Amino acid sequence: MADTQLPVWEVFIQANPGIAHKHAGNVHAADAEMALQNARDVYSRRSEGMNIWVVPANAITASSPEDQGAFFEPSNDKPYRHPTFYKIPEGVKYL
Amino acid sequence: MEDAKQIEAFEAKIVSGVKIEPKDWMPEAYRKQLIRMMSQHAHSEIVGMLPEGNWITRAPNLRRKAILLAKVQDEAGHGLYLYSATETLGIDRTELLEQLHSGKAKYSSIFNYPTLTWADIGAIGWLVDGAAIMNQTALARGSYGPYSRAMVRICKEESFHNRQGYEIMMHLAQGTAEQKAMAQDAFNRWWWPSIMMLGPSDDKSPNSDQLMRWKVKMESNDAIRQRFIDRTVPQADFIGLTVPDKDLKFNEETGHYEHGPINWDEFFEVIKGNGPCNAKRLKDRKDADIKGRWVREAALAYAKKRAKEKEVA
Repeated sequence: MADTQLPVWEVFIQANPGIAHKHAGNVHAADAEMALQNARDVYSRRSEGMNIWVVPANAITASSPEDQGAFFEPSNDKPYRHPTFYKIPEGVKYL
Repeated sequence: MEDAKQIEAFEAKIVSGVKIEPKDWMPEAYRKQLIRMMSQHAHSEIVGMLPEGNWITRAPNLRRKAILLAKVQDEAGHGLYLYSATETLGIDRTELLEQLHSGKAKYSSIFNYPTLTWADIGAIGWLVDGAAIMNQTALARGSYGPYSRAMVRICKEESFHNRQGYEIMMHLAQGTAEQKAMAQDAFNRWWWPSIMMLGPSDDKSPNSDQLMRWKVKMESNDAIRQRFIDRTVPQADFIGLTVPDKDLKFNEETGHYEHGPINWDEFFEVIKGNGPCNAKRLKDRKDADIKGRWVREAALAYAKKRAKEKEVA
């Protein structure tokens, strides 16, 4: 068997209760449990978090920079999605 | 062929401070230079564990031992961050390690010096990590996203390394005559290599212009070296150690220290592989890789077995 550096897992850490997990980096590991342990050892040595997710790197599909236009630009021609698009008379409250 | 328009757009991004991300278009020379620099940096982190690991079992007390263990563990983590960041440029970690083991890739010249006494551990934390921080805080502002993010994380962790080293030196310098002599001896041996590890002087450092324009390099070697000296000399004075440079003097006008001539022949000899410990470091690294191989194989076999058990259940 050829030597291997083991599969890559992406690591996400929740720093505090109630906030979203944030990408921290990655680790190499044989399985999910080992990936969790490695992630704890590498990314949480100084109380960086309280919960860890590990995801096989090859399970992530990302948009690509070339698609950026087609993907994100249409939002700009739809200003009616933003509350500032609507004019509300002065004096109207809580809106 | 890389067309001028792509390069123009790429350089415009860098000028406006937008980071380059792995899937973005980049010139081949940029990718190549980053792989070279980042892998060299990653290799330095893990080879750097060897001279310090030498003292874990012989640390003078439990406090020092726990600290040194934590520091060496950090270095392993730094190696991992940097290998990961390098992998985003489309090269595999297996290949990077092969380049290290075959001698094709370099690591920092500084780790080819021996750690003869306990005071060397103090000198490494104070001087070597100190010099590395100067370099790394500059690199954290670099243009490649994954490298810059790794640098930010690493710099946060390095400042403990720097302080624990200074603390070791301070205690020795305030101790018995023998302890003070030990601290001075380590200082004498590590001062010049630490100054040299920041790289050849600007007139001997090729293709710096393009690297600076692309924000692969943020500051010249001499500028970083000057800052390191300016900050470190007063730290030495404070604990009563003497900088081993008879030509060192403070220039009131410029506000900078001026140092004596650097022995660049020694630096290039060490880079070429003729330093005191080059052969030993490379052998230890290769041995560690070979001895660890069964662990990787066993971990994979165990994962496979458990996956099968889950299927059955």
